[in-house]
Amino acid sequence: MTPRIEIDAVTKYFGDRLVLDGVSLSVAAHEVVCLIGASGSGKSTLLRCINRLVEFDHGAIRLDGVPIDDKRFGATGLQRRIGIVFQSYNLFPHMRVIDNVTLAPRKVHGVPRAEAEDRARQLLGLFGMGDHATSYPEQLSGGQQQRVAIVRSLVSKPDVLLLDEVTAALDPELIGEVLQIIRGLKDEGMTMVIVTHEMGFARDCADRVCFLEGGRILEQGPPRTLLSRPENPRTRRFLQRIIDAGRL
Amino acid sequence: MSLPAGPGGSPADGAAVRRPAPPRRRNEWRAALVPTVISLASVVIVFGVLGWWISSAEQWPRVKLQFFNPEAMAAAFPRVLQGFWISMRIWLTALVCIALWALVLALVRSLRAPWFTPFRLMVVVYIDIFRGIPVLLLVLLFGFGIPALNMPGLPNSGLFWGTVAMVLSYSAYVAEIYRSGIDAVHEGQRAAAKSLGLSEWQTMIHAILPQAIRNVLPALMNIVVALQKDVALLSVIGVRDAVREAQIYTATTFNYSSLVVAAGLFLLATIPMARLADHVSRKDRERRLQRAG
Ligand SMILES: Nc1ncnc2c1ncn2[C@@H]1O[C@H](COP(=O)(O)OP(=O)(O)OP(=O)(O)O)[C@@H](O)[C@H]1O
Ligand SMILES: [Mg+2]
Repeated sequence: MTPRIEIDAVTKYFGDRLVLDGVSLSVAAHEVVCLIGASGSGKSTLLRCINRLVEFDHGAIRLDGVPIDDKRFGATGLQRRIGIVFQSYNLFPHMRVIDNVTLAPRKVHGVPRAEAEDRARQLLGLFGMGDHATSYPEQLSGGQQQRVAIVRSLVSKPDVLLLDEVTAALDPELIGEVLQIIRGLKDEGMTMVIVTHEMGFARDCADRVCFLEGGRILEQGPPRTLLSRPENPRTRRFLQRIIDAGRL
Repeated sequence: MSLPAGPGGSPADGAAVRRPAPPRRRNEWRAALVPTVISLASVVIVFGVLGWWISSAEQWPRVKLQFFNPEAMAAAFPRVLQGFWISMRIWLTALVCIALWALVLALVRSLRAPWFTPFRLMVVVYIDIFRGIPVLLLVLLFGFGIPALNMPGLPNSGLFWGTVAMVLSYSAYVAEIYRSGIDAVHEGQRAAAKSLGLSEWQTMIHAILPQAIRNVLPALMNIVVALQKDVALLSVIGVRDAVREAQIYTATTFNYSSLVVAAGLFLLATIPMARLADHVSRKDRERRLQRAG
């Protein structure tokens, strides 16, 4: 079967700096892959290559076998099929929650306002944000904002969701509610690539964990194996640091 | 978090039963009263003493006759007021044109797509040129120069071309203000918009620009006030605005009271605008503080 996402020897330079060094990774449909690694190892860059927020220099990335820069996707097809959620939510502060969520359906995908708002309200309700449709982002807690951002990324029914440290900016007591939502998405069969520092979450939610260092995937495997008995000494050292920091 | 300790309320044990009342507004108002009265009084005293000192000077009667002659003021008033009405109309027209034209300039300068590069360069050159030449010079060049060419199909009035000069010059400044606002919008906003499939143009219109304009509103307000006075520059090319009308009166009577009338009218218009500008920038500061806190 063709993998949903196929990353094939992708290389990316920022100026002279090699940030992705021939990364290859396949993600099957309904699979959840977690990317872990130290700061600066290239996790965000890899994620952003998948939906073309960052253009890579060599290699190929395919979605269901079609290269992501293929004309068949048109100007916005790829963005409809791949959603992304950021660490800092990146909601539009001057728009109400409902307008944040319906912006892309209305302006990009030509959905009539009433229809877009119906779907948005339904999704917001599903994620416990039904009462906040007309609030502005700054009136919400971090956890609530992140839930809105997740709804915004889901509203066009993407096949793949990319999550970049979505709990890293949250107060500890708000992390749980967001992780719970991601588990729910996994149960519904969403294909996800997740950058996270929450090792506990990676352990019980990921189908596979990849350890990145210096722009390469040094080691990958099922979470129990990789997180408990890593083979690569560098992986071991990274995990040891995490354990020392009390985060595993 | 600490509970506000109102008068006679202790937040310690009674809090669960009866919360101390929030501080009452009336008290705030009263607290502000004394300093306000003191500052108003001191302003009155300082200016009063100054006025008394000036008016008791030996030269005062002559000064009064030259600048504050009630009869001359009354005689000049209707014409000056008429001129002032023209000044304000120029101001409003220029304001709208500047706001729009500067926006176009700023947008062209901010779009990143490669095929915009030549346009971007042209805008940079435009801004350099029009910011580098004194407005007065532009007004003279356009207001006298272009009508003198007598070109068919083009308007011939100094009023028109003088206003054009003001618009071209001010737009260069305002475009840079807009651009600083656009640049100040966080990169994550662009990433979010792009990831949702918005084109560069849609990103600008829906995501970036509303935030950018809000960011620079105080700076824009200051330009509005400055422009309100600078429209008087058009008097040098013979536009019969407030200043010109006052000058005409002065030229025939050798009395300067008409200029004082014009000055008074300008103050009547600019002081409320300045207060409004203060208000806008105070609101902006509060909004930023709230967001940071
Ligand atoms: N737009 C950019 N321009 C230049 N260099 C960049 C850019 N984005 C990232 N980099 C560099 O690329 C390297 C990898 O960055 P990346 O954000 O992918 O790391 P990361 O693994 O996500 O780290 P973190 O855990 O801190 O988010 C870093 O050294 C970073 O400084
Ligand atoms: Mg990152």
